[in-house]
Amino acid sequence: MLSRIAESLFWIGRYVERADGTARILDVHLERLNHLPTEERRSVARELLGVMGARPQSDDFGLEELLHALAYDKHSATSIAGSLGAARENARRARETVSSGLWESLNTTYYGLNQHRKDVVGTYRFCHWVLERTAMVSGLADTTVSHDDSWLFLALGRSLERADMTARMLSTRDVLSAGMSWVNMLRCAGAYESFLRTRRAAFGDQHAAEFLLLDRLFPRSIVYALSDADECLAKLDPSAQRVGFINDGRRIVGQARTFLEFHRTDDLMSELPEHMERVQKAVAQTSDAISRKYFNQADELAWVGEVS
Amino acid sequence: MSDLFQDYSEAAGRTGAYDEMFAPGQKARQSYGQVAGALRELSLADVSARADSMARTFLDRGVTFDFAGEERPFPLDIVPRVIPANEWDVLERGVAQRVRALEAFLNDVYDKMTVVSDGVIPRQLVTTSAHFHRAVHGFEPAGGVRVHISGIDVVRDAAGTFRVLEDNVRVPSGVSYVLENRRAMAKGLPEAFGQQLIRPVEEYPRRLLSALRKTAPSGVDDPTVVVLTPGVFNSAYFEHTLLAGLMGVELVEGRDLVCRGNRVYMRTTAGEQRVDVIYKRIDDDFLDPLQFRSDSMLGCPGLVNAARAGGVTIANAVGNGVADDKLVYSYVPDLIRYYLGEEPVIANVDTFRLEEKEAREHVLDRLDELVVKPVDGSGGKGLVIGPDASKEELEALRKRVIADPRGWIAQPVLQLSTVPTLSGDKFGPRHVDLRPFAVNDGDDVWVLPGGLTRVALKEGSLIVNSSQGGGSKDTWVLAGSPQVPVERLPQESVTVRERVSVWPVESNWRDRQSEQQQQQISDTQEVTSNA
Repeated sequence: MLSRIAESLFWIGRYVERADGTARILDVHLERLNHLPTEERRSVARELLGVMGARPQSDDFGLEELLHALAYDKHSATSIAGSLGAARENARRARETVSSGLWESLNTTYYGLNQHRKDVVGTYRFCHWVLERTAMVSGLADTTVSHDDSWLFLALGRSLERADMTARMLSTRDVLSAGMSWVNMLRCAGAYESFLRTRRAAFGDQHAAEFLLLDRLFPRSIVYALSDADECLAKLDPSAQRVGFINDGRRIVGQARTFLEFHRTDDLMSELPEHMERVQKAVAQTSDAISRKYFNQADELAWVGEVS
Repeated sequence: MSDLFQDYSEAAGRTGAYDEMFAPGQKARQSYGQVAGALRELSLADVSARADSMARTFLDRGVTFDFAGEERPFPLDIVPRVIPANEWDVLERGVAQRVRALEAFLNDVYDKMTVVSDGVIPRQLVTTSAHFHRAVHGFEPAGGVRVHISGIDVVRDAAGTFRVLEDNVRVPSGVSYVLENRRAMAKGLPEAFGQQLIRPVEEYPRRLLSALRKTAPSGVDDPTVVVLTPGVFNSAYFEHTLLAGLMGVELVEGRDLVCRGNRVYMRTTAGEQRVDVIYKRIDDDFLDPLQFRSDSMLGCPGLVNAARAGGVTIANAVGNGVADDKLVYSYVPDLIRYYLGEEPVIANVDTFRLEEKEAREHVLDRLDELVVKPVDGSGGKGLVIGPDASKEELEALRKRVIADPRGWIAQPVLQLSTVPTLSGDKFGPRHVDLRPFAVNDGDDVWVLPGGLTRVALKEGSLIVNSSQGGGSKDTWVLAGSPQVPVERLPQESVTVRERVSVWPVESNWRDRQSEQQQQQISDTQEVTSNA
């Protein structure tokens, strides 16, 4: 497939997942932020924004600005509206490749962005609406796009972003002063029920963290997401079967995953923010490697014409 | 008729135009019987709700055109334009005839120019055309076709006679709306389809792909076809994606292509892949910076040489614009007689050539009564309608015509025919034109039954271009005989590489039912045996 289209598909996967992850994180943290006194609320809002990878535009950064920055700012790739807008723009550029179901769900989502109240109460509803829309987009991608290279690029973007988002979510626990409960953390990831069913009553912080980091069967755990990405990369490049990896992407993803898998949970927990940063860095590097291998053509763009 | 049509006849009478739906005196023409019946059943609220829903669907599906950086849905009116079989027969023959003549003309113009040496048209006329490209002189295009796709605009005058308004054999656009309009109408006004057979339009993409593949460079067994778009900001971007999508081929931008050794390749995740046929949706001027505008980033350097060397087919061929020149247009009836030895099936609109002194003087005296058009314009750009123009505008026009008589033609103001169109809370007569699309595969010119009916949404306006507030209508060609509505493609034209298996729905459903019954039976048996 065309490199340009592959790139678009990859980014549709990333942006849609980013909107989903951001909506989850915002939803759970809003509830907490509302309990806090105004001054503390301001500093927590700044920290949360930092975890999501952005900086406050002005000194006057409070709850309202946070809502704008994470939910409604159409010009920022950190916000939900910005991500969904970018996903839609990518789909528009790859429109003949994506299914019409996928395109239309992204398009109508984009047009629905403006129809929400932008206060705290409206934002709760907005977050839930976003979760529904992104689930629909994902579902349509899975059921109406052939699982060939085009879908693999979508799924690859989605799983990388998912690993990144879960890592960010876990980082919010230590960064935010009042400390998030692990129950809320699990709820953030939509993992609460799954966790209870898996671990039954044996409930503790340690187990909850383990679940979100390392569970091999829960789709939003970091290890699951990284394995997913690895699988997509393997299918995209079936040449490396016997020895080693020429594919940088696979090497980085594999290293990040095994690093987590073969660490003791205690050790991971004691340095959680550092480990989570490592995961995010690995995602960024993998993304670069994929871009170099499959998308990049800038340096080839010199003229190769001949004049007769 | 519900009160939606109250006063319609009177309003239609005032325009002095031919009304497509109503004969003089409020009676719907026979071809409109079904449509009139369906509309009669609807209240104003119904009609507006359906119109809103159609507009909403277009926005959701992204059936839009780009207007000054904003995506707008192309307005679709709820009343279709209906063409009876006998009228369509004339249009179909007339359009195909015109395409054959223009094809012959282009081949001649870029080769021996016998049309000039035989004195049919002046040499000057060809060589001074802005779209006559010497860069493509003297070579046979791969596949032997220059006009793969054409859109010949026709209008109906006050007497009800069809006339050709202009030829578009460069990059005619609008066919996507023909396809989308039909889908929308099936949902918006299903009652109107009823008892009559409307000839289908959805085979267009297959016809197009088949023609593109057939005209691939020789020696290529299984040609790779692509659609070349200037990109997402082009006003017709939606159309490009739709056509590429429906043909199942890649939609490429200039930066996806690279030329090497007179071959064209596209950059894919699996390396470079050869491209054999390019359906270009870019103006010639932007196609190849080596040949034309060197500042263009839209095309790909080397394309023209590759085409000239026979390494790639470009559709439509580079240089076709000379046939779109409106001064050449005035000679097309002569070209039909010269190349085909036939009389034109559809007449031109009367045209004054301002190059000719006598005509020019005549026109300059009557500027306020005529339409004056630039010969190389498209999309209604630069056109001046005399009766609507101010004194200053006419004065400015006069100066421009005198300075460059080759650059302009003049025509009488035609009262284009009208069709009832929803406007506010009632139907009013609005002027329409028609762009039938034809696909030429070298052996045969196929005309899509229907075409794009554009409608001027403003009362009294004669300008139907989407960029100037025009909308569209679904165009229904009625099948003459119920036996022949479905047309079939020639079998060998498209190789199907991967056969799509179709589930036998009926039998599958029965299987599942019996499966379930079987389950129940075995359950019962189990119960029985346990007992």
